[in-house]
Amino acid sequence: MDILNAFAMFANFVLIPATAYGAQLALGALGVTLIFGILRFANFAHGELMSFGAMATILATWGLQGMGVSIHPLPTALLALPVGILAAITVALLSDRFVYRFYRHNRASPITFAMASIGLMFLLAGLIRFIIGPQHQHFADGERFLISAFEFRELTGLSQGIAIRQTQVITFVVALVVMAALFWFLQKTKSGKAMRAYSDNEDLSLLSGINPDRVVMIAWMITAALAATAATLYGLDKVYQPFIFLQMLLPIFAATILGGIGQPVGAILGAFVVAYSEVMVTYAFRQVVGLLGPADWVPDSMLQLMSTNYKFAVSFIILVVVLLVRPTGIIRGKVIER
Amino acid sequence: MMKRILVAMACAAGSVTAFADEPVKIGMLQGFSGPTESLVGPMAEGGEHAIREISESGLFLGGRTVEIIRADSTCIDSAAAVAAAERLVTSDGVHGINGPTCSGPTTAVINNVIADAGVVTISPSATSPALTTIEDNGYFFRTAPSDARQGVIIGEILSEQGISSAALTYTNNDYGRGLADAIQSAFEDQGGTITTMSSHEDGRADYSSEVASLAAAGGEVLIVAGYLDQGGRGIIQASLDTGAFERFVLPDGMVGSSLTDHFGSAIDGSIGTNPGSDSPGVDLMAEISAAEGYAGDDPFVPEAYDASALILLAMQSANSTDSSVYKDHIMSIANAPGEEIYPGELAKALEILVNGGEINYIGASAVELIEPGESAGNFRETVVRGGQFETVKYH
Repeated sequence: MDILNAFAMFANFVLIPATAYGAQLALGALGVTLIFGILRFANFAHGELMSFGAMATILATWGLQGMGVSIHPLPTALLALPVGILAAITVALLSDRFVYRFYRHNRASPITFAMASIGLMFLLAGLIRFIIGPQHQHFADGERFLISAFEFRELTGLSQGIAIRQTQVITFVVALVVMAALFWFLQKTKSGKAMRAYSDNEDLSLLSGINPDRVVMIAWMITAALAATAATLYGLDKVYQPFIFLQMLLPIFAATILGGIGQPVGAILGAFVVAYSEVMVTYAFRQVVGLLGPADWVPDSMLQLMSTNYKFAVSFIILVVVLLVRPTGIIRGKVIER
Repeated sequence: MMKRILVAMACAAGSVTAFADEPVKIGMLQGFSGPTESLVGPMAEGGEHAIREISESGLFLGGRTVEIIRADSTCIDSAAAVAAAERLVTSDGVHGINGPTCSGPTTAVINNVIADAGVVTISPSATSPALTTIEDNGYFFRTAPSDARQGVIIGEILSEQGISSAALTYTNNDYGRGLADAIQSAFEDQGGTITTMSSHEDGRADYSSEVASLAAAGGEVLIVAGYLDQGGRGIIQASLDTGAFERFVLPDGMVGSSLTDHFGSAIDGSIGTNPGSDSPGVDLMAEISAAEGYAGDDPFVPEAYDASALILLAMQSANSTDSSVYKDHIMSIANAPGEEIYPGELAKALEILVNGGEINYIGASAVELIEPGESAGNFRETVVRGGQFETVKYH
């Protein structure tokens, strides 16, 4: 019984939240890694692209809620997500047309691209705050819990409950579906194959007649769709606030680099490693160990490796260690060159 | 110059009668410039309102008038505050000071000027717990409660309700830290246990890992010393989501309808405390201030009014403007027994004192002074019932 209780507690505070967080990071990291594979630069504006997509989704959600449209018990935001995706794609294509294309045709170095993307990041950040404001926005409706901690305890008779929020399940399922669709696209379709060829060897793919503008356009569209989906799911599960997307950029980049830059599978792997480390390193294992040990005994120490205030440091540590030990990442990816 | 020296000498000798026609001088040492400038406008109005009321009554110390001298204590520049206080005491020769506004300058002024010069100083708004134990030679008082008081109140409420252990999280700044320390020491004095005390940062999306470590420490309730529209709310959300805590203690900045609007009856049974009083003085203050064209219910305005009133009524009670004499009368006029005095009734209070009666000054902020000369403060205890904060009682 105590072992089950310990597992329930671990699942409630570590496994489930970290899995949902990992799925959200994975969708973000996939976008960053795709852009790196095709356009060969680190897109710092990715966080704001996510934010923009989520913002459009929220505005559409409010519109739908105002009209009384609802898909209860599912959140209305899922219905509004296509609007967010379209908005994110529009922003991505416009920014490519007016910023990145210029540098691409000039064959600018990746660092120039990265700097341009930082400029775009600030522009988008300002625009978003101008439209929706800097405060946090709640837009989640529908059922909150699939099973609450209390219901779980009642049901199983355990002393520890497992709460599973609907948004966590939606996040995970949507992320799985989106990832499957992405891999099918990259492996099976002609455009997907063209993208992979372009990513592997730009000059050779141009010789074989692949249209680079089309490849770039598709890459931006997929990235923007992933970004809007990731941010909407994150906002549904937690809260939407523009400032947060600047904070999220760090774990996303850590996941991308850890997995191997330009490697979609690596991005997903990296995202889950980062998410689990972040949650587990800052989790206090006191009660879990107490439940596993003798009855009525809990360790005096919190058994916590790092205070929760240093959560973001985990991403930094992962980033530094990977760059020192295995710069190519788990799955051998590109190394950022100058 | 000669006259000033004479005044100083006369005051030092405790002789009042010789200069019965000279106006009594009160320094209004407030943070007129700097971060508190918007607060101080109405505060100074309130403090000077009480002074005018007494001066114009014609009853004060046999018909003496009171002169107001303003000086700027700023809020962050202690050196400027000390210079201003020095000027008030030595060159203007004030008989009492209403101020300073902020805790930092107040500390500096007490240490460098007041304790040695021996001039009664009542701050309406310095709330730092450190001022309780400062060496002031008995000349410093405040009509604002120490931040530590709220901790004591919470400790009492928790032990009253039979809660013996609590986890505590605070917003990571000086205010949160100070309040958390006060709650911890008060609760532990009552025999309770704080299982963990950890800070949280405002402006994060996700507080599940903070709540996870609080849950690992355990506790019957979670005390959240934060802001209701910021991290405090995120902490409660994550606690409810994971079932880690169901009951919360919400001090000060956490009490507000935006919290209950969001969580509704999910936080039923949670306890809130925030400054507040049911004294009729609050409404009376609003009334008399409206007639003078300022807002009497702005923060610390009632306290400023009361600070001036206490200084002057103590002078009347002692029949002396000498700080070393009338300082001993402040506690007795502020507390029971005696006729209760509310804002706008200062003339009545003077009359009672002239006739040898006793007063219990309630004033605008329901003044109750505790040792060593600071307001006990008035706090409202609330409980969440049916998704609403309901007042239980006043402390």
